[in-house]
Amino acid sequence: MAILTYREALGRAMSEEMARDPKIFLMGEEVAQYNGAYKVSKGLLDKFGPERVIDSPISEGGFAGLGVGAAMVGLRPIIEMMTWNFGIQGFDQIINHAAKMLYMSAGQFSVPIVFRGPNGAAHMLAAQHSQTVEGMLHQVPGLKVVTSSCPADGYGLLKSAIRDNNPVIFLESEMMYAMKGEVPDEEHLIPLGVGSIKREGQHVTLIAWTKMVSRAMQCAEQLAAEGIECEVIDPRCLRPLDEELIFNSIRKTHRCVIIEEAYQAASVGSYISEQIHRICFDDLDAPVLRVTNEFVPMPYAENLEHLVLPEIERIIPAIKQVLYMD
Amino acid sequence: MSPKGSAPEKSSGAKQESKHDKQWLLSVYQEMCYYRRFEERVLQAYTQQKFAGFCHVHIGQEALCVGVQRALRDHDYMVTGYRSHTQAIAKGIPGRQVFAELFGRVTGCAKGNGGSMHMFSKDKRFLGGHGIVGGQVPLAAGVGFAINYEKKDDIVVCYIGDAATNQGQFHEALNMAATWNLPVLTIIENNRYGMGTDIKRTTSIDHLWKRALAYDMDHGQVDAMNVIKTHEFVSNVVANMRKTKRPYLLDAICYRYKGHSVSDPGLYRTKEEMTDWISKDPISQLGEYLKKNKMASDEELKALDTKGKEMAKADEAWADEQPIPPDEQAWQNVYAD
Repeated sequence: MAILTYREALGRAMSEEMARDPKIFLMGEEVAQYNGAYKVSKGLLDKFGPERVIDSPISEGGFAGLGVGAAMVGLRPIIEMMTWNFGIQGFDQIINHAAKMLYMSAGQFSVPIVFRGPNGAAHMLAAQHSQTVEGMLHQVPGLKVVTSSCPADGYGLLKSAIRDNNPVIFLESEMMYAMKGEVPDEEHLIPLGVGSIKREGQHVTLIAWTKMVSRAMQCAEQLAAEGIECEVIDPRCLRPLDEELIFNSIRKTHRCVIIEEAYQAASVGSYISEQIHRICFDDLDAPVLRVTNEFVPMPYAENLEHLVLPEIERIIPAIKQVLYMD
Repeated sequence: MSPKGSAPEKSSGAKQESKHDKQWLLSVYQEMCYYRRFEERVLQAYTQQKFAGFCHVHIGQEALCVGVQRALRDHDYMVTGYRSHTQAIAKGIPGRQVFAELFGRVTGCAKGNGGSMHMFSKDKRFLGGHGIVGGQVPLAAGVGFAINYEKKDDIVVCYIGDAATNQGQFHEALNMAATWNLPVLTIIENNRYGMGTDIKRTTSIDHLWKRALAYDMDHGQVDAMNVIKTHEFVSNVVANMRKTKRPYLLDAICYRYKGHSVSDPGLYRTKEEMTDWISKDPISQLGEYLKKNKMASDEELKALDTKGKEMAKADEAWADEQPIPPDEQAWQNVYAD
């Protein structure tokens, strides 16, 4: 197994898929000559040429829609959003067009397209560069929403996202691009809708995705010293969601904390919590707790940003609370 | 300033020289009559509460629909807005399937999932009626991109209303089409009103073809109340586009006789304005031309109109008999396999 960074793993996934299928092209701001704002597309222009790796104007609505139109007539676009905060400019195309085309046309026009880019807070980027979009987009029928928390998952899931015949929202993270991890040398696909147990434990289930997985893992490590064994579940795909994996873990641990870089209302975490309470009510020894962003736009100052994000100082007490340790 | 390629001129169909032969002109006349009668039946059915939702009809704008379609190849693509019934028929979707779609029947061209605003046919390369003003312009850019990517010589026609030219996505898409030479023919169905708002009250320029100047895009204006002029103009544009691969913005001057939608009484327009436009009616204009050139008599024209009326009636009658979608359809086609 090779050790790759997360950005290299994503780049390798795109490169392999583009070599496999000539109908795939990559478009976005700075993806070609600049090699990607975060260097995810490094080397792809040299390998595949300017017909297939295309620098777009700064027109997220425009090139998101261009991708949708191209997908309707048989191409398989990968549309890179430099960040999902800019991707919000493309929401009309994603929500009103990509997500609904197959349904409105009664199955005539599928839209095989991946919209990918970094999501959530990085470090001191302030309010307009720190949002997560999975809460908004997992509510839209027709979209798949995929995250990953390590290079191997990013590689295997991005390949599956590219091969999927639906619009897939693929959420990355600026904070994870330099993360290193083992990635299988041979081709490896992870099916969309299959979650992953990142750490096994019997006392409490922690559910987290993207960079919150490493927060959960840190908490688990810290609590292991106190004799508390956390099970860390990364659902990876938020739509479709591997609910069985979650329910089975709850049936084992009877307690759950959901850690989510989003606001508390109407989020992926609130949906998961509702499902657990509904399906696993008799298995629960405590109500599910959620640790989320504070309900404020992201502040710039480092100390304030830390207060707003779901950091370990707020996660550990929540875990102890569901264990009735506080 | 006048647009490249054409000078705006007052309609004078009767004086115009035409290369088109009699049979062709008669079939155009008949097709326009059919579309008018079709939309009249649609309005009537709506008023009778045979269907609901939004309903936008094309009455008065038949010349553009027919003139453009006859300048295209079957293989060319089309994408449009929410006023799309007769454009869908012109692109090859049988009128009865359009009517069935309006009635929410399973044999409609979108099986009852789309309705008035969302007609589709993959087979006929009709990529939808769309309900978000201007949202279809980037889609057309994508189709143009795919045509070039696959090295084909098709073009894509993108119909928009005049008010869509104030949407950001229109400008983003035009810029990309011009920068990358995408074969997109964007046609502004310029009936001068965005819903009930006179375009002059919302737009800083006097002629909408000037939008193309910002992108160094080929452009022109056509009297779209006159089907012969429209067809000749668009035929030239399309022939040129296939050679140059350059996009084109066409400002097609027309007028809708009815309100924006069925619920709109049109109080924002004067009687004089309406009368003036109706005096340039596309069907009457062609009829006068045909008579003046001894190609048809009043009786023959009436017979063609009657045929159109009967076709529309048959479409509705067929749609009336069609089954509603099965319950399980509500859950189908959310995701592709």
